[in-house]
Amino acid sequence: MNLTLKIWRQKDSKAKGQMVDYKVTEISEHMSFLEMMDVLNEQLVNTGEEPVAFDHDCREGICGMCSMYINGEAHGPDRGVTTCQLHMRMFKDGDTITIEPFRAAAFPVIKDLVVDRMAFERIQQAGGYISVNTSGNTQDANSLPISKHAADEAMDAATCIGCGACVATCKNSSAMLFVGAKVSQYALLPQGQVEAADRVRNMVAQMDLEGFGNCTNTGACEIECPKGISLENIARMNRELMKASI
Amino acid sequence: MALDSKIPHGPLKDKWTDYKNHINLVNPANKRHIDIIVVGTGLAGGSAAATLAELGYNVKAFAYQDSPRRAHSIAAQGGINAAKNYQGDGDSTYRLFYDTVKGGDYRSREANVYRLAEVSANIIDQCVAQGVPFARDYGGLLDNRSFGGVLVSRTFYAKGQTGQQLLLGAYSAMNRQIARGKIEMFNRHEMLDVVKVDGKARGIIARNLITGEIERHSAHAVVIASGGYGNVYFLSTNAMGSNATAAWKIHKKGAHFANPCYTQIHPTCIPRSGDYQSKLTLMSESLRNDGRIWVPKNIEDSKALQQRKMKPTDIAEENRDYFLERRYPAFGNLVPRDVASRAAKERCDAGYGVNATGEAVYLDFATAITRYGKVQAKIQNIENASDAKIYALGQAIVEEKYGNLFQMYEKIVDEDPYKMPMMIYPATHYTMGGIWVDYNLMTSVDGLYCIGEANFSEHGANRLGASALMQGLADGYFVLPYTIGDYLSNEIRTGKIPTNTPEFDEAEKEVSDRINFFINNKGEHSVDYYHKKLGKIMWDKCGMSRNEQGLKEAMTEIKALREDFWKNVKVPGSAGEMNPELEKAGRVADFLELGELFAKDALNRNESCGGHFREESVELDGEQKGEAKRNDTDYAYVAAWEYKGEPADAVLHKEILEFKDIELKQRSYK
Repeated sequence: MNLTLKIWRQKDSKAKGQMVDYKVTEISEHMSFLEMMDVLNEQLVNTGEEPVAFDHDCREGICGMCSMYINGEAHGPDRGVTTCQLHMRMFKDGDTITIEPFRAAAFPVIKDLVVDRMAFERIQQAGGYISVNTSGNTQDANSLPISKHAADEAMDAATCIGCGACVATCKNSSAMLFVGAKVSQYALLPQGQVEAADRVRNMVAQMDLEGFGNCTNTGACEIECPKGISLENIARMNRELMKASI
Repeated sequence: MALDSKIPHGPLKDKWTDYKNHINLVNPANKRHIDIIVVGTGLAGGSAAATLAELGYNVKAFAYQDSPRRAHSIAAQGGINAAKNYQGDGDSTYRLFYDTVKGGDYRSREANVYRLAEVSANIIDQCVAQGVPFARDYGGLLDNRSFGGVLVSRTFYAKGQTGQQLLLGAYSAMNRQIARGKIEMFNRHEMLDVVKVDGKARGIIARNLITGEIERHSAHAVVIASGGYGNVYFLSTNAMGSNATAAWKIHKKGAHFANPCYTQIHPTCIPRSGDYQSKLTLMSESLRNDGRIWVPKNIEDSKALQQRKMKPTDIAEENRDYFLERRYPAFGNLVPRDVASRAAKERCDAGYGVNATGEAVYLDFATAITRYGKVQAKIQNIENASDAKIYALGQAIVEEKYGNLFQMYEKIVDEDPYKMPMMIYPATHYTMGGIWVDYNLMTSVDGLYCIGEANFSEHGANRLGASALMQGLADGYFVLPYTIGDYLSNEIRTGKIPTNTPEFDEAEKEVSDRINFFINNKGEHSVDYYHKKLGKIMWDKCGMSRNEQGLKEAMTEIKALREDFWKNVKVPGSAGEMNPELEKAGRVADFLELGELFAKDALNRNESCGGHFREESVELDGEQKGEAKRNDTDYAYVAAWEYKGEPADAVLHKEILEFKDIELKQRSYK
């Protein structure tokens, strides 16, 4: 198929960006979206133009590196996938595809489609851990049974890949699905109880400091999340925060 | 220089304990004055960085991604082995040790493997304490699955995302130390050289991938945890950015590179669909528990399938060749990875492949679905269930077991694997070879360590499923933090290492010169053009089956390609900015050298062992006719290569492998 691409180009974080049109031809429907971008970049290199910078790594939907806001949706029109798992069969010959970076005040653009997600790192550093040192002397893994239900729910929350689609999707650029997922994972496990109050307070405080917006329960994040992280995690985080402030 | 593996004396089972009891320690006050650089933040590097920081050292950690959480350990699906014996099925440290040495086709170092098995149980305890949500049974205890044809259930897992959860565990431990200032994290940084001062590793040169700035970082020891070199094949299951640059740079500065020809080609990957393909996707080995692998018996049927004139479901049962079951009746579809991969290649090379490229075989679940369906019908007391009903009941069971994998397949291939058999083909997945290290995980350069997939030590010539995660975390959490202390105990009076010295000047200049060359070369071809050509040589001549002529050709062709690359490569943009093409150019330049050493090593090893199959070394008669033939008399050694300029001039050092606790046997899966 032949396509027109409207891509956000921005030289660096300080430069003013703009949308630029490109044409790609003979795109196979079996290509992944990023392979289509590879074709474009190879074309640009060969004609002496600078290729489009975009984040990507594992290309199997788990590392969370790839982003892109495609035709107005984080990770594009398919559901339950990251951009690297999006296939060109979702598009038609002759389509015009708009490709922008994830946009949020807390995710400044570094170049073209690459954004800075260090705000997520700082939130995790504020409390996204259990304070246990490495030693050969922790208690036996089976000394503390955990109900299968709680373990499975913790696992569902822990599945978050930290891509930032929730933030890019939210009209308030809220990071509450991301933070809620981490808070929930530990809140559901006995090992996470000791520091639960400090954790939720510190992570939420850091989230606010980074300039993410608030949650107004529109639920768009849950729909766009490539890993299907549930809104319940936001509710659980709010409960944990209430508990911590009493 | 002779290789000294520094294996402690004494009985195998006491070596590690005795060793730990006698090494030198660094007191807590002194640790504050010692800096350690860790390059790579996957399971090995992440766990090492966190643990070293907890101990009190000042750690500087480097990742080319924007966060440690994105390292490719995250993509591991199946699980992690540990000799916990929770199932009471006879597992033990010795048994895990034995399985790993045997699985590695007797080409690994006994003492290292035993230590790995010994600390494996601690890993699970540690991860649970960190909040890793492993799968549990209804009693609330940890669940296990069986893996890779071993005889016990010792694999712990977190759905199909075990690597992700373990890495997030190590990442959380790192975050705690980053918050305390004990780890200084350098995201989006790439190490481009190691700096040696008086023969010791004292720092690195790194490039800030956002600004393009070249930076100097010094330390009292440097740890390389940068993963494997599977991307030398261009197409592999590795991440796009996975590269061998850190490992190759230290090789050029004196660290020997061991057994580069040991590569694991995983049998169950989604076949390539066209020339634009950027990477291959792995489907968990667990699928072979229920899937049956076949191609048509008649070549006309294969031709019709290749031309899409026929569907697999049109081929009658008696016209299908279940080649693994035919060749290996005892293990059937569950033969080890190397054996399964070669058998699929043999059929496809003979023209029996089933897709347009002729490079695919079927992995068929119809038998399993019907079998499960019949059992379900019985359980649910459904009499005279129709075939369709039985199929639906069975499908539900298969969906429960492998649902996410089936969905992943359908997303990529756009075909429903519950209705049509899956198409699979082998792909490069893991590299057992790597930087040579001694028992302390130190390379042949003082103060320079190498851990995880980047080193060569534990898996011999073939890695068993669920053992990579185990090794990465064992090295980082439980081995390196001890062994590095023994070395650093001599560094307490050294003081801060300055970076304004001639050694740093020289290393930085080398790095800058190379970058400037790329930017100014203005050649004809893109970096990918060369990478794809290299990948094709590697796959055709250093792939699943190798012979003398092909390997010699590979060496000549890679050398010629490398020379062309240095004349005609084209890198757009400038050095002082984010420039992904420039990053790739440096990595491919290193692959173009590593590939030649790979072929040289494969040529030297005229035996078939594990993932390395030499067509000249096969059983000539008897029941094993045509199967891989190992040669313990001439090749029971580690081939450690010393850099001497051109890869073809590398000098071989042999570490003879002694097996005192295990009897060497030829593997048989008949």
